[in-house]
Amino acid sequence: MSEPLIRLRGVTKQFGEGEAAFRALKGVDLDIAAGDFMAVMGPSGSGKSTTMNILGCLDVPSSGAYLFRDHHVEHLGRDQRALLRRRYLGFVFQGFNLLARTSALENVELPLLYRGEDKRRRHEMAMVALEKVGLVPWARHTPAELSGGQQQRVAIARAIVTHPDVLLADEPTGNLDSERSVEIMELLTDLNRTSGITVLMVTHEPEMAAYARTIVHFRDGLVESIERKPA
Amino acid sequence: MRGAGTRLLATTALLAIRAIRRHVLRSFLTVLGIVIGVFAVVTMVTLGKGATQSVHDQVSGLGANLLTVLPGNGPGRGGGGEAPPPFKPEDVTAIRGQIGGVTAVAAQAQASETAVYNAANWSTTVNGTSDAYLDAQNWKLTAGRRFSADEEESGKSVCLVGSTVARNLYPGQQPVGTTLRLGSISCTVIGVLATRGQGGFGQDNDDTVIMPIKAVQRRLTGSRDIRAIVVAADPAYDSAAIQLSIAELLRQRRNIQGGKLDDFTIFDSRQIADTLSGVTGVLTAIVSAVAAISLLVGGIGIMNIMLVSVTERTREIGIRLAIGAVGREVMLQFLVEAVVLSCIGGLIGLVLAFFASLGLSAMLGVPFVFDPLTNIIAFAFSGLIGVVFGYFPARRAASLNPIDALRHE
Repeated sequence: MSEPLIRLRGVTKQFGEGEAAFRALKGVDLDIAAGDFMAVMGPSGSGKSTTMNILGCLDVPSSGAYLFRDHHVEHLGRDQRALLRRRYLGFVFQGFNLLARTSALENVELPLLYRGEDKRRRHEMAMVALEKVGLVPWARHTPAELSGGQQQRVAIARAIVTHPDVLLADEPTGNLDSERSVEIMELLTDLNRTSGITVLMVTHEPEMAAYARTIVHFRDGLVESIERKPA
Repeated sequence: MRGAGTRLLATTALLAIRAIRRHVLRSFLTVLGIVIGVFAVVTMVTLGKGATQSVHDQVSGLGANLLTVLPGNGPGRGGGGEAPPPFKPEDVTAIRGQIGGVTAVAAQAQASETAVYNAANWSTTVNGTSDAYLDAQNWKLTAGRRFSADEEESGKSVCLVGSTVARNLYPGQQPVGTTLRLGSISCTVIGVLATRGQGGFGQDNDDTVIMPIKAVQRRLTGSRDIRAIVVAADPAYDSAAIQLSIAELLRQRRNIQGGKLDDFTIFDSRQIADTLSGVTGVLTAIVSAVAAISLLVGGIGIMNIMLVSVTERTREIGIRLAIGAVGREVMLQFLVEAVVLSCIGGLIGLVLAFFASLGLSAMLGVPFVFDPLTNIIAFAFSGLIGVVFGYFPARRAASLNPIDALRHE
């Protein structure tokens, strides 16, 4: 495997001050290779969500280094991190987080809006993304008219429409039955294989983690173990 | 990046309109304050301008720079003391001969009489004056002719009738050539005066019969007294200076000593116009200021709804931030929404104000003056209110933490 896409070095995160201070991360070291499919597991409070927030540039570490493509990003400001997310990252959430009363197509077009793509190009790119998740016939439907599985596929289309380097998925199957969950996992696996997108996924369920190539276990704010499947 | 910024603004405006359309009733209630505010201010200003215009029209209709000299010091003279002496024909001659910059001087004597023609009768005011009066007032005839020098000199019993008198005594008939009875005398109608409409104080200028002054003095009032002197000033001269020299002359002729007050008053039509316009202007300003308060209240209403909207859409803001919107862009979105809302309100207000002032000015009998500047300012102000009162909610939206915003239920 090539140079790691992402490197965390001695990352800590502390919430609160003084007596009430809580150390969520106590020095995490983690390398993520480009094109990896990594599942992040661990009990509640183990620090996996905090790590995902930092990896997703939604939060900054209290100390330590975060290298993205060999660039230090741990000191970036709010807007710079937003631009980084816009350019390199895509998000999928447990609760789908689509805009209500807005068609699937418009939801998928949203990130392109902030990239300043013109109307025609937005439409083209969004349709390509919807095709990848198999929802072209549903483009004009609003989230309320779609099933949970379809909504999550719209969310995935929204996340990949900008061709990001990394797709961060926070319990993407948490709100779905097992059949839909399998569909979503197959979709993620397929995207990872065909477009080489790096997938980082938080999950509680070992069956879902089984789709990943690498499984990282967190415990008490530290990386407990890393399993790598043979290629 | 510049093009992208403009595009973003256009897209944001589109998003804002979509968001507003999603909550039509709420949006309408939100902008109601702005609608009422803009409506009230613009209607008041438009009507005020119409009223001012109407005063100016009437005064300029009286003839440019008309000075009216009346005995007594002001219209508010109380009952005490002896009545000031009236003017004499010699005073008129003196003004005509000694004051420069005067185009016409006319004496006026007045009597109230009942005019009778055939079976119809009509109470009116008989004005004894001269041809110069018509010149001073810039008053035209619609039929017949004016007095000849000979008729004026001899005080012949001829008369011109105002349009109100003509309408009431001669329905569908030509008055010229008929004989009109005025109280105990009769006169030959030689002309009909053009309609002048209401005077500055609401009086009907057309309810009059004009005769040579000598005829009125000899046959109706029975004295040589002159009730008023009307002087038309040459517009090239300063009417205030003419007013001063007339006052000087009359003080001399009426023998008023240095320290004593004038026992006569000179009204300048232009001053009256300015005073009346000033009053209308002040009234308009006060009423508009009261109306402007509802604009302010409307702005607070918008801020309130925008704050609610930010709270309600916290998750949406979280999504936008997560997918890479910078704070500025989220702020712009909410700011544009507030501005679009208040501009819609302003526009509705302007349309309502247009029709209301059209109707009201017809009802009140003032001209409808559509002033584009007033409308532009009112519209711009409603937009400004959107910016001012939308700023705080928009900033709150932009400063949300994406992690918390995404977790918000």
